Amino acid sequence: MPSSAPARRIEWRAARVIETRDETPHARTLVLDVPEWPGHHAGQHVDVRLTAEDGYQAERSYSIASAPSSRYLELTIERLDDGEVSPYLADVVQPGDVFELRGPIGGYFIWLPQLRRPLALIAGGSGIVPLMAMLRLRAMLDDAPSAHLLYSVRSPEDVIYGAEIERLAASDARLSVACTFTRRHAPDWNGYTRRIDRMMLEEAIPALGESPLIYVCGPTSMVELAATELVAIGHPPAAIRTERFGPSGTNGNR
Amino acid sequence: MRAMEELLLDGNAAAGLLAQIFVPDVTSALARCVHCQASAALGAVALYQGAGSVLRCRNCEGVLLRVVSAPDRTYIELTGIRCLELPLA
Repeated sequence: MPSSAPARRIEWRAARVIETRDETPHARTLVLDVPEWPGHHAGQHVDVRLTAEDGYQAERSYSIASAPSSRYLELTIERLDDGEVSPYLADVVQPGDVFELRGPIGGYFIWLPQLRRPLALIAGGSGIVPLMAMLRLRAMLDDAPSAHLLYSVRSPEDVIYGAEIERLAASDARLSVACTFTRRHAPDWNGYTRRIDRMMLEEAIPALGESPLIYVCGPTSMVELAATELVAIGHPPAAIRTERFGPSGTNGNR
Repeated sequence: MRAMEELLLDGNAAAGLLAQIFVPDVTSALARCVHCQASAALGAVALYQGAGSVLRCRNCEGVLLRVVSAPDRTYIELTGIRCLELPLA
């Protein structure tokens, strides 16, 4: 989205499902055709609105997973069993179906390629989604800044975009990836097996002297903890951008 | 009942709601708190969502802004924002 674009009110648009892709047993990617989509920045989100036959409406926010230049808009939806909107998007909706969406939304939790500082991305669970848009954008740049991803998930089956992240890291010496499994891990896993803590943050993301730009997205408790420890390490609060998405497990507002 | 901390989000989660009211994105604007004078991007302040949406200063927890939506109208209180600094594209 060109920054010189005139500001205008965002409108509800009809998004048509082109394709669906299972990412994990609990998460699915929707590939959407949104006519006249104005483009977006990596890290932005959309609001989805569903209307029931009796007129009842439910609205939720979902991060955009696709890179700004991609032809179709992609959202990755994690199913919350007690959710009002996510079970429909994660299980029910089929190619050809249409639902309402507005966006792109948010100018704060975004990464612009002209920001030259090393990038530190810290994800908890489906908090990887907006950070993946940043990694996908970064992978298209000729002279991308270095990037470090620290990804906390419960178990290996919960890793979203696992194969793509591995492929990106294998072909890019300036991208390093660390994963931590907080509940269950493969017997031969020799990486982290605990919740994100200060030592992990010191090991897995660039040191203070490199002035990294830090993006943290995940359940509220995980983001609180990571942000507090990052500040304790000495990272300036202004270098840390956070996106909390509510209680873990239920994450209420999705 | 969920604990208050679990309802805690960031101002950026209110960007869609605020876009119904303000045309430029205000979550990237700096807001100065009337209570403690701290400045922060609205996208970075604390957001509590219950019956309405309340943005609070992370420094002093004072209320900055409150939005309540009724079926046919929106109420917005700018209780605690002394100054909003909007970058012009």
